[in-house]
Formats: sequence, structure tokens, C-alpha cells
Amino acid sequence: MENKDHSQGILWEVFIQGNPGIPHKHAGSLHAPDAEMALQAARDVYTRRSEGISIWVVPAANITASSPEDNGSFFEPSNDKPYRHPTFYKVPDGVKYL
Amino acid sequence: MNALETAKFEFCLRLGDSALIIGHRLSEWCGHAPILEEDIALTNVALDFVGLSRNLLTYAAQIQNEGKTEDDLAYMRDVVLYRNALITEQPNGDFALTMARHFFYDVFSYYFYHELCNSADLSLKGIAEKAVKEIDYHLRHSAEWMYRLGDGTDESHQKIQDAVDELWMYTGDMFDTDEHYALLQENNIVPAMDNIKEQWHLKVKNVLETATIKVPEVTYMQSGSLKGLHTEHLGFLLAEMQHLQRSYPNSTW
Repeated sequence: MENKDHSQGILWEVFIQGNPGIPHKHAGSLHAPDAEMALQAARDVYTRRSEGISIWVVPAANITASSPEDNGSFFEPSNDKPYRHPTFYKVPDGVKYL
Repeated sequence: MNALETAKFEFCLRLGDSALIIGHRLSEWCGHAPILEEDIALTNVALDFVGLSRNLLTYAAQIQNEGKTEDDLAYMRDVVLYRNALITEQPNGDFALTMARHFFYDVFSYYFYHELCNSADLSLKGIAEKAVKEIDYHLRHSAEWMYRLGDGTDESHQKIQDAVDELWMYTGDMFDTDEHYALLQENNIVPAMDNIKEQWHLKVKNVLETATIKVPEVTYMQSGSLKGLHTEHLGFLLAEMQHLQRSYPNSTW
């Protein structure tokens, strides 16, 4: 994922936390020369409509991703194990963001 | 308007026009900035400034009490009636020139609007309190660019040094005051400009030195904006900005 053309900076992935207590979610990516500028660009590009209360920026090159060839061994074994889903529990009233 | 109202009106034009004109200048980068991320950042800042100018010109129109609106003040006044600081109307030039202009005005805004939060005039106090959060960000953004351009490549260093040298003589005009300002200061409506100027110089010197940019030694300062004496650039800017309202008066969309 390394961006060869550095004239616009390297590629960063942006994660935004929408509300307190919930996880940061991937919002998109951008180019910036360094972490501070990436943070500012993320603020301008991804939070101008009050989307978030916290931002993480991560150099895209630092993310290790699974590849489609991994899908069989990584994900299919769980397909026949429905008992792993917490669907047998009742969620108490008033619990949000589950 | 009595003397105090006239002073408030003039002051609102001073701040409101400065915000409108620098906002318009930044909006000229829309679609042209060197990188997409900065294009969005600059237009964001432009919108902040135009929003701030709306608040100030709306208040000015209220004080004037002649049934005019913010739009009348923005679109129907000619160059000599504009009170924006000279630095705000300087052309964008290259990215370095835009950033240097933006930085110089941001440092001023930072200290001025934070002080204005203590104004005895509750409307101005409210407008300032709303503006300071945006202004804190503007300064953070432009200061970071000053560091990067100054302490970047040989080319970026030369460009930002040229920009600082070129704009320096327009910085003094930001701190000019007149009899209206003195009256407002007596009434605890505006801060002492000398303090703002002193803080501006300390901060600018600090950032420029960190960015390895030389602080210009030029002492001559261009002035005149408080009396409506502007550089030749403002007329062209207004011609474009006011074109629709001038050609089709009272048109709306």
C-alpha cells in the first residue's frame, strides 16, 4: 500500500469515534506528509459535519491486512458454529450501541 | 446613531469586512489547492470566516437601524466604504503567500478575539466566544504550514521567506486604531491594541524562528484601511464578489 509518489505525502487511514464508549470506525483515507498534518486533514475531510469526537490516523503502510486467499482458513470454519453468536441472551432495555 | 453606536458600527465593519475579504480570498482556492486535502481545509476555513462576517455584519446592520441587512453591507458598499485590514485583501499568489497572509491574520485573530470574549458588549462577546474555537484551529493549521514550508525544501523555504518579506509591510495596518476605537476601549468593549500587537510580534517571531524564516527588518508600514484607503487589489475582488447583486439588484436564489 506504500504510495510511491510522495509529492502529496504518504497514505493514511482515518478512524473516527462517533460517540463516547463506542469503537473508532474506519472513515476513509487521505494523503499527508506527517502525522500532525494527517490529523488536521482528517478533521477537515471527515468531521466537518459533526461525525466524531475522536480521530485516529494510521499510516496505511503500517496496517497488515488479510488477503482474499486467507478467507477459507480464516473465516469459513466459524460458519457452522451458530452457538458462538450471542443471540441466546436477552439484551436489557436501555443498552445502546450493542 | 450616537457616537457610541457609530463607533460600534465602524468596529463591526472593521472586523466583519476583514473576515469577509480573507474568507473570499481563501474561497478562491476552491478547486485549485495543491492537494485535495488542503483544498478542503482552505475552503473550510473560508466558510468559517464568511460565517463570522455574517454575524458581525448582521450586528452592524442592527446598530445602523436603517432597515439594511448583512447582504446590503456586503454587496452594496464600494471600496472606500470597506474597512477590512489591508493584509486580508492581498492576492493569493502562490501557496506560500496565501499561508503567510493567513498566518499573520490568524495570529492577530487569535489574540484579538480571545480578548474580545471579555467585551462589555454582550453581542460582540457572544460572537467572539463562538469564533475563538474556529480561530484556534485556523492558527494551528497555518502555523504548522509555516514550520513545514520554512523548514522544508530549499524551494519551499525560499518561497515562504519571499512571502513573509512581501507581506510584512501590510501587517502594521491590522493594529491601527482611530477615535471610534478609543471610545470603545473607554467603554471596555474592545481590548487595548498595543497588547495585541505585542503578543502578535512575540508569537510571529517565535513561529518564524522555529520555521527558520528570517523576521523582516523593514519598519515601513502601509496603512489607511480604517479610512477606506485600500491597495489596488480590493476593487477587483469586490467587482467579482458583488457582480450578481450589482447587475441584478435584490435577486435571490
